[in-house]
Amino acid sequence: MLSRTADNLYWLARYVERAEYLARILEVTQRLATLPLAYVGSSNEWESAVATAGCAHAFAATYPEANEETVTDFLCFSTSNPSSIRNCFEIARTNARAVRTALTVEMWDAINGIWLELKRFGNGPTSREEFARFLRWVQEGSLRFDGSAYRTMLRNDAYWFSRLGVYLERADNTARILDVKYHLLLPANERVGGPLDYFQWSAILRSVSALTAYHWVYRESVKPWLIADLLILRDEMPRSLASCYENLVLCLDHIARAYGRQGTAQRQARAVRARIENSRMEEIFQHGLHEFIGEFIGDNNRLGAAITEQYLM
Amino acid sequence: MAVAFDEMKGTDGALRPAYAELHRWLADVPPDVLDHRRREAEVLFRRIGITFAVYGEADAQERLIPFDVLPRILSAAEWDILRAGLEQRVRAINLYIHDVYHRREILKAGVVPEELVFQNPVFRPEMNGQKVPHDIYVHIGGIDIVRVDAETFYVLEDNARTPSGVSYMLENREIMLRLFPELFARHRVAPVENYPDELLATLDSVAPATASADPTVVLLTPGVYNSAYYEHSFLADKLGIELVEGRDLFVKDEIVFMRTTQGPKRVDVIYRRIDDDFLDPLAFRPDSALGVPGLMSAYQAGNVTLANAVGTGIADDKAVYSYMPAIVKFYLGEEPILKNVPTWRCREEQHLSYVLDRLEELVVKEVHGSGGYGMLVGPKADKTTLAGFRAKLKSNPRNFIAQPTLALSTCPTCVEEGVAPRHVDLRPFVLTGRDRIRIVPGGLTRVALKKGSLVVNSSQGGGTKDTWVLDR
Repeated sequence: MLSRTADNLYWLARYVERAEYLARILEVTQRLATLPLAYVGSSNEWESAVATAGCAHAFAATYPEANEETVTDFLCFSTSNPSSIRNCFEIARTNARAVRTALTVEMWDAINGIWLELKRFGNGPTSREEFARFLRWVQEGSLRFDGSAYRTMLRNDAYWFSRLGVYLERADNTARILDVKYHLLLPANERVGGPLDYFQWSAILRSVSALTAYHWVYRESVKPWLIADLLILRDEMPRSLASCYENLVLCLDHIARAYGRQGTAQRQARAVRARIENSRMEEIFQHGLHEFIGEFIGDNNRLGAAITEQYLM
Repeated sequence: MAVAFDEMKGTDGALRPAYAELHRWLADVPPDVLDHRRREAEVLFRRIGITFAVYGEADAQERLIPFDVLPRILSAAEWDILRAGLEQRVRAINLYIHDVYHRREILKAGVVPEELVFQNPVFRPEMNGQKVPHDIYVHIGGIDIVRVDAETFYVLEDNARTPSGVSYMLENREIMLRLFPELFARHRVAPVENYPDELLATLDSVAPATASADPTVVLLTPGVYNSAYYEHSFLADKLGIELVEGRDLFVKDEIVFMRTTQGPKRVDVIYRRIDDDFLDPLAFRPDSALGVPGLMSAYQAGNVTLANAVGTGIADDKAVYSYMPAIVKFYLGEEPILKNVPTWRCREEQHLSYVLDRLEELVVKEVHGSGGYGMLVGPKADKTTLAGFRAKLKSNPRNFIAQPTLALSTCPTCVEEGVAPRHVDLRPFVLTGRDRIRIVPGGLTRVALKKGSLVVNSSQGGGTKDTWVLDR
């Protein structure tokens, strides 16, 4: 297939995934921000949301202060933030239009529908209720698009490139949450039962929709090191780093088989997966959780670059 | 202006045979059913995403082209004449372009004035003496036809560069088959759905000698912001070929390649929907970001076929148009089957003074204009517009031609007040390959939806209809 087509499909999937992630972050932030101070401490949740979205620098250049209004605007509707939810959907739809014929009707309907409906929200919601509806709508749109792709696409290279986009973005997002919140997950913070931590911990789980999953996997109350375990090493957790890399290796293998050739991308993905598979939580904490996550984000970016160089240009 | 000929009821109100079934059906069908189907059609079109962009309207980046649910019907006998006339015309156009870029016999014979060719901005000196596969220049031609009475079809315009609209022809039929199966059951309508196959066969047949038996054909689009982008993606999909932009192609050692996920792949035939000017920044406009640097060198080396060929504009501007009957006679020794609309060339002094005298009766067009832009319809124009055109004509007469205001035929059309006659034209698509000329029966019928309007262009409030050619 054309490199540009593959590139468009890959970024289409990445941007839809990113929009959904931003919506989750905001939903969780709003929940934390409305709790009494006694439950969450005095940290600025809005600032942390911007950091988790990975655009603290751009934000600081535009706004003097991080609060509900500025962060909501910047992450959702700003046209100057290239990764605002609005821009994610705009770019996704432009990409989709450029590769119309590589999409199924259902996928096109989903992304075109999102784009048409986006206008309904104008320059931002007028009330908290409407904002909550907006965030639900973003997540539902992403689910619909992802579901359409999963259920209707031919399992050929177009499909695997689009899945690569999903998993690479997802791995990056999960790693970013861990990167910003890592201090809450350190074993040294072990003070069981404090309401302050409980809400922060459950917020992390919520932002990757894993609160229920946590209880199914561990069958005990929320413990920070188990959260780290769930989000990094448990491959049954769909947003964990382990699961994302299992899928990345799988997609890249499909492509390599179809094209009869392995390359840097395949080797890089396998190396990262092996590192995760061979890690134990105790070692990661010993080595330093923050360093581990930092290295992972770098590795993940390198895989993105390798995929681009090998196939997309 | 004479009373327009109505394709259902003629000029005398007597029902014409091709429309007998439709007329009977219209009498039976409750009015709300038509209205309901009309809305259904709009939903379908929007769902498919058939849109077009209107230049100069920032807000309306994507609009639906209005679709009329009542078909335009041609009898088999009428189509036989049209088909023969179209084939003849396109054969002559190909011979003419070849001649202009080689021996120039028609210029030497004084049939077409030299300066009309050599001073024409669309004349491409790069093509002088350039061999193209099987001497075919216009592989895809769109010939605009209007009708003024039961017997007379005029060619209004030849489109020999990158004619568009065929996706509407195909989609209109698909929608009609879905909405009106019972109406199809009452007629024997010749199918059009084989157009993509015919087009691919045509493109395959003109591959360069260096290509394999299964040549790689691509469709080159200017990109998503082009007004006809929908059509480009639609056709690429139906043909099963890659839809490429300039940046997807590159030229190495005079061979064209496309960038694929499996590395460079050689390209043999390019169905290009980009104008000559933008094809290759090294050969034509250096500021073109749409084209492929070096494409012309590969083309001139004979390593890739462009469809249509470069430089076909010399056959379809409106000044050359007026010579088409002479061109047909010169190359084929035949009388033209399809007539030309009488045309005054404002470049000639006598013609100009005639035009200036009768401006309010005539239609004046720019020689290189298209899409209904920059056109004067005398009888509909106010004093200021007329005065403006008078000034333009005097200052740059070469840029204009004039024609009588034709009473274009009308067809029954669904409008606000019910079913009423509206003016129509027809654009059939003529495919010329190595082996033969292929024309699917019918073409795109455009309809001026405003009462009394003669402008059928989609950019000016025109719509489209499905075109039926009845089998015997």
